[in-house]
Amino acid sequence: MGYTEEDLKEDLKGKEYEFGFVTEIESDKAPKGLNEDIIRLISEKKNEPEWLLEFRLNAFEHWQTMTEPEWAHVKYPKPDFQDLHYYAAPKQKKQVESLDEIDPELRKTMDKLGISIEEQKRLSGVAVDFVMDSVSVATSFKDKLAELGIIFCSFSEAVQEHPELVRKHMGTVVPSTDNFYAALNSAVFTDGSFCYIPKGVKCPMELSTYFRINEANTGQFERTLVVADEGSYVSYLEGCTAPMRDENQLHAAVVELIALDDAEIKYSTVQNWYPGDENGKGGIYNFVTKRGICERNAKISWTQVETGSAVTWKYPSCILKGDNSVGEFYSVAVTNNYQQADTGTKMIHIGKNTNSTIISKGISAGKSQNSYRGLVKINKNAANARNFSQCDSLLMTDTSGAHTFPYIEIENSTAKVEHEATTSKIGEDQIFYCLQRGIDEEKAISLIVNGYAKEVLNKLPMEFAVEAQKLLAISLEGSVG
Amino acid sequence: MISINDLKAEIDGKEILRGINLDVKAGEVHAIMGPNGSGKSTLASVLAGREDYEVTGGTVDFDGEDLLDMDPEERAREGLFLAFQYPVEIPGVSNMNFLKAALEEVHAHKNLDPLSAKDFLARVREKSALVELDSKLTNRSVNEGFSGGEKKRNEIFQMAMLEPKLAILDETDSGLDIDALRIVANGVNKLKSEKNATIVVTHYQRLLDYIVPDYVHVLYNGRIVKSGTKELALELEEKGYDWIKQEVDV
Ligand SMILES: Nc1ncnc2c1ncn2[C@@H]1O[C@H](COP(=O)(O)OP(=O)(O)OP(=O)(O)O)[C@@H](O)[C@H]1O
Ligand SMILES: [Mg+2]
Repeated sequence: MGYTEEDLKEDLKGKEYEFGFVTEIESDKAPKGLNEDIIRLISEKKNEPEWLLEFRLNAFEHWQTMTEPEWAHVKYPKPDFQDLHYYAAPKQKKQVESLDEIDPELRKTMDKLGISIEEQKRLSGVAVDFVMDSVSVATSFKDKLAELGIIFCSFSEAVQEHPELVRKHMGTVVPSTDNFYAALNSAVFTDGSFCYIPKGVKCPMELSTYFRINEANTGQFERTLVVADEGSYVSYLEGCTAPMRDENQLHAAVVELIALDDAEIKYSTVQNWYPGDENGKGGIYNFVTKRGICERNAKISWTQVETGSAVTWKYPSCILKGDNSVGEFYSVAVTNNYQQADTGTKMIHIGKNTNSTIISKGISAGKSQNSYRGLVKINKNAANARNFSQCDSLLMTDTSGAHTFPYIEIENSTAKVEHEATTSKIGEDQIFYCLQRGIDEEKAISLIVNGYAKEVLNKLPMEFAVEAQKLLAISLEGSVG
Repeated sequence: MISINDLKAEIDGKEILRGINLDVKAGEVHAIMGPNGSGKSTLASVLAGREDYEVTGGTVDFDGEDLLDMDPEERAREGLFLAFQYPVEIPGVSNMNFLKAALEEVHAHKNLDPLSAKDFLARVREKSALVELDSKLTNRSVNEGFSGGEKKRNEIFQMAMLEPKLAILDETDSGLDIDALRIVANGVNKLKSEKNATIVVTHYQRLLDYIVPDYVHVLYNGRIVKSGTKELALELEEKGYDWIKQEVDV
């Protein structure tokens, strides 16, 4: 009890602290700042094996030599990395007594999304009964998966329970030195999700992070690893349409997908982090590295609906290593007010007869900036590689911006690469046409925008698609001008 | 049904409607003719509530209510329908979805129960048959890739689905081939009743052979300068507009 946070700081300075004492202090957070000791502390607190600590330290060493990338079409004050807490003891979300204590704006949005009261309580951390629906759903869900040999758990649990699987695959798609944010994540990640589908198993249900048991606050440096063994299939859902708030402004996640021979991974994301207010104050910075690798005849599809965050920097990519492998990227990115998004994909064709499709639909409203940035690279040996890219931008206002940065690198003459791009402004004529049929402006915008994004929304699992449609409409409320 | 009184409207400071007077009663068909640029589409747009136009004077009574005080969607729900001269395309939104959304609004406004999926489909089948609209078109995105004539037919199909009190058809005949013209006109005639009214804007007397008007008006320079019966249309066909312009300009 006599031990204070000040004392802790002193100890850390002297680099003489012993592990394990943190439990005795009252503060549940490690002190601010990033250094080797903090990383050792994280690793120790999580009872990690030596190799994982090595992984973290290597990443950290490399990160220190790196600078934050400047090439994206986004502007924001650079975070001070020494002014962040990198470890907080897993704690209960702050419990509130009833929904009445929740921000009414937030509730209004959840109502509009059709999120049930029970679910609203869960999302907002309201204390609920034990017999709550989603708990029992999640339990039976886990039993069923175990029967098939599917592993779906938190990253920390995987490190403890399946260290050989994690060690074999972690960092093989996104090396710890890959880029500034990936290196940072590799050094300090605290939790995330792990999923393994055994050979030949078709996962019979959508795996949703939303239902994952033991969902602690995964925090700002999340790590996901999905491994689909030969001939297996999985559809994985990340995020949810409910507005997500977080006290951490900076989020830097890493997602790695591994599709072995003949396997297929479908990865769908709905991202709705707090975007900041209508004056551009606050909001999450979302710097994500997502990448998948396809072995022979394997397929990876990324589908994303991005409506949140103040700044988004995200390029879910596919390395088409195996012959006949397929990569797909379907994206809807909405920006409103002062949001900025720089998002797209990289399709790296290495194997023969590899095929990739890119469909990107940007929607910019308010004073926002929305950029598509994509690379299609056909390597020397990728005979008969194919790519089709279509990048459309829809402007809701004269004050918003849409930008397209396609990069194409072709080293094999048998490649066939097609790129189409359009920019249009939402038509007042279209809106008036709807009004004249009795449809009000809000619904009209929703209809028009959902029509525009249909090709992508159609790729989402059914329940997700319906919610995503509502989400698009809500994100763009009152945004035409 | 609708009573327009000294209606004046401008766009970008340019006066286009300079005092329109027109009375249309339930059960009637009125034709509005007039040279290009005289303000016919403007009148239709102003009645439908397009915000680009500023109403600078006059009143419009629609079934006892002040039309100019209503939002465009409210006017539509109250039963005012405009078949556009140039229907727009809405990519990715199926015709069915669009009509379902529209009908839901109209029903909610009138405190009617929403149509069941079954009734809705039955209605689609019945009304598309009325204008002989290919069922492939009803499933496609609103007007996307439709030919000029198909778009016009689709307007009348929507009108049939929505069953408005007052329909304003803005040059629905232009772009229609001879068979389509007859089909569309037949559709309009079948929808006619003692309770609704139609305003037909056209350049051609030919349409009026099929949709026989009770009155014909000539709009010129933002005013109705001449009104008559269907014989007036024949006279215009024969003599053009010069004689009217001369009468007015003197
Ligand atoms: N947005 C606008 N800005 C400026 N002038 C306009 C605008 N819209 C219409 N006008 C003008 O208003 C006048 C009336 O146009 P309107 O479309 O109503 O004519 P119309 O009688 O329907 O002609 P048509 O027979 O060619 O369809 C025209 O001179 C036109 O140029
Ligand atoms: Mg016109």
